[in-house]
Amino acid sequence: MPENRQNGHVGATVIRPYGDTTGDGMVQLSFTLPVAPGPRADGAALQLANKMGIDPAMVVHSHAIGEGFTFFVVYGSVRHPVDLDAVRVEERAYPLLSPAEVNAAIKGRLRRTLVVLGACIGTDAHTVGIDAILNLKGFAGEKGLEYYREMSVANLGAQVGVPELVARARAGRADAVLVSQVVTQRDAHLRNTRELAAAFREAMGESRPLLVVGGPRFDPGMAAELGVDKVFGRGTTPGEVASYLVHALIPSEETP
Amino acid sequence: MTALQLDPVLVTRARELAARAARPVVDLARTHTTVSVERAVLRLAGLTGTDPVTGDGAATDRVPWVNRVVDAVRDQVGLEAGVALPVWHALASGAAPSLQALAERVGAGTARFTVPTGADAERARAAARAAVAAGLARIDANRARREELVATHGDPPRRPWIYLIVATGDIHEDIPQARAAARAGADVIAVIRSTGQSLLDYVPEGATRTGYAGTYATQENFRLMRAALDEVSAELGRYVRLTNYASGLCMPEIAVLAGLERLDMMLNDAMYGILFRDINPRRTFVDQRFSRMVHARAGIIINTGEDNYLTTADAVDEAHTVTVSQLLNETLAKEAGLPDWQLGLGHAFEIDPDRKESFRLELAHAMLARSLFPDAPLKWMPPTKHMTGDVFRGYLLDGFFNLAGALTGQGILLVGMMTEAVVTPWLSDRDLALRNVRYVLDAAGGLTEDFAPPPGGFIDRRADTVLREAVGLLEKIADHPEGLIQAIADGTFGITRRPADGGKGLDGVVALAPDAYNPALELLEQETARA
Repeated sequence: MPENRQNGHVGATVIRPYGDTTGDGMVQLSFTLPVAPGPRADGAALQLANKMGIDPAMVVHSHAIGEGFTFFVVYGSVRHPVDLDAVRVEERAYPLLSPAEVNAAIKGRLRRTLVVLGACIGTDAHTVGIDAILNLKGFAGEKGLEYYREMSVANLGAQVGVPELVARARAGRADAVLVSQVVTQRDAHLRNTRELAAAFREAMGESRPLLVVGGPRFDPGMAAELGVDKVFGRGTTPGEVASYLVHALIPSEETP
Repeated sequence: MTALQLDPVLVTRARELAARAARPVVDLARTHTTVSVERAVLRLAGLTGTDPVTGDGAATDRVPWVNRVVDAVRDQVGLEAGVALPVWHALASGAAPSLQALAERVGAGTARFTVPTGADAERARAAARAAVAAGLARIDANRARREELVATHGDPPRRPWIYLIVATGDIHEDIPQARAAARAGADVIAVIRSTGQSLLDYVPEGATRTGYAGTYATQENFRLMRAALDEVSAELGRYVRLTNYASGLCMPEIAVLAGLERLDMMLNDAMYGILFRDINPRRTFVDQRFSRMVHARAGIIINTGEDNYLTTADAVDEAHTVTVSQLLNETLAKEAGLPDWQLGLGHAFEIDPDRKESFRLELAHAMLARSLFPDAPLKWMPPTKHMTGDVFRGYLLDGFFNLAGALTGQGILLVGMMTEAVVTPWLSDRDLALRNVRYVLDAAGGLTEDFAPPPGGFIDRRADTVLREAVGLLEKIADHPEGLIQAIADGTFGITRRPADGGKGLDGVVALAPDAYNPALELLEQETARA
């Protein structure tokens, strides 16, 4: 392997981890192996560390966990260099904001409550998706949109008809309508979404609310094709949705 | 036990206000039933299983017989009289040889229900009472068996009891993890539920392997885990307790299943479902009273969910909401027949660690709870909100949490994980967390004896302030015309407004008619009256 030994001088583009000396490559890691403790276990840990590019490696600590497991703490010098020029960062089209930042953006730039309406449409009775995004309880350690003081959130629940959703959105002057579909057969989620988009277009035209759909079976690249503004896939958290709403509905400060 | 000298006038006033605020809730619960309460009656009478022609594929998707029967009764005659009268009238009239057979008639669409009157009603009441008494007898036998096992194996050698969560989604994966945790020192194993189970209006059936971020609460999963812990209790010479979650739309039924399978503790908060899951307030209050009466009978320690307030609000500014909720939970629990030793009132270590004096404030809040509820086994919950992914800092914070728990004599200590908010706990995370707890309890467990914050000092003054704020909030709640129910609608609690007619599950609430009969409530209320 052609190794670049260039060290971390200021401006260097090839760098290595820093323990206490430039270029020493020192890292620490901890892990568990399914093997009883002893010299053989420590040897196994060293073998793993070597295969990870840590050489020399030191098992500085190991102890038994339960029966047949050993926990290790390993220190060592990693031989892989990092090429900063080769780093590519995938940028989200909008910044991820904290709840406080979302609230501040709404209060400061929208200057009124942001109205969000959520529902499950079609025959799907599984509200777990929309609940994870809207309920105060939230999802993945993030609070749901109900937590955001500057948002007014209504969750209509399951099996809401599209005409009812349109009527409620119009009456409540919703800024955004969030729809989740979890269980779906023969692409019913896509048909339902197109129906939703068409109904809002027909009823409200340009003044329709922002349409956001989500669910594990959706492909996030399909928004335009489905006629909605945004599609969220599996694992989306409330914070991502809130950040998107701010991005899409509130003019940014830089706007002249 | 060290305690603060709280102003006795203030303490009395706080309890009076809590009782007044809760009174409309109790009145509501006494005059209404819910589909889940009625299903719980059928479960106590021994009805199990699912309708095989419902759902597609997995057994967990099928509709339980208790749902089928309650829905059929409701469609035909309504639930205003409860399910017991029409069901046992049908049985006494020879419609089917057993409750199970009657359920199958419902499945076939051939069962006809009427609400009996006069002698027929008396006959149905007697039969229903006998059927439900058999279920309660099993719960009583489990309680006696627990006491026997505790006497044989012994309780944990010290307080607080060490409470650890297992959550793989697969009961057969949970069992070896729970055994390992018990061997490593856990006194209480909690099997956290699959995401969203609280919003299902039925209890899934059977041993399940496909939960998401948790394992479904089912009767069979309860049985399997309790049996595994019985084995490990015998091996360790220490009775290892099992916990699950009686919350959400099926709270009464899950309480019954817990009693039938000898679970030892249940999460069971009076308001959590309303505030955090948008479950209808009426539904919740009716369900929680029934479930608590079952827990009282079963000798199950309830755990309340006050820690949740502090994950959504500032732990210093909103500290008094925890005290208010504890007082409301206490008054509602006592009304349902739960004595102090069964009240695992919750609170949490959630103050921003970057705040000056954060640890002293935590001690003040923990001491306040300890002093206000001296005979309750308080449940002390670890930091989650300020666990950032910096696992090293998190490990230190958990150490301080453990120290606060030891210093202030907490009853149940939920073990914090340094990988909170990073991953679901790994084997090594649990091991390191238990080492942290053991070190602190071994090194400083006795400090509670030496720790006596001086009157007028920082801790004493802070506790007094929080108590005064709590009384202020209780006054506002009690002054609402419908007490707690209206206060929740107005958003007095936390930041959500929950109107009495909003949220999930309202259609499952039914006002009782004068001739209504619930054999379970009748038998449980006799018990409460005796206690």
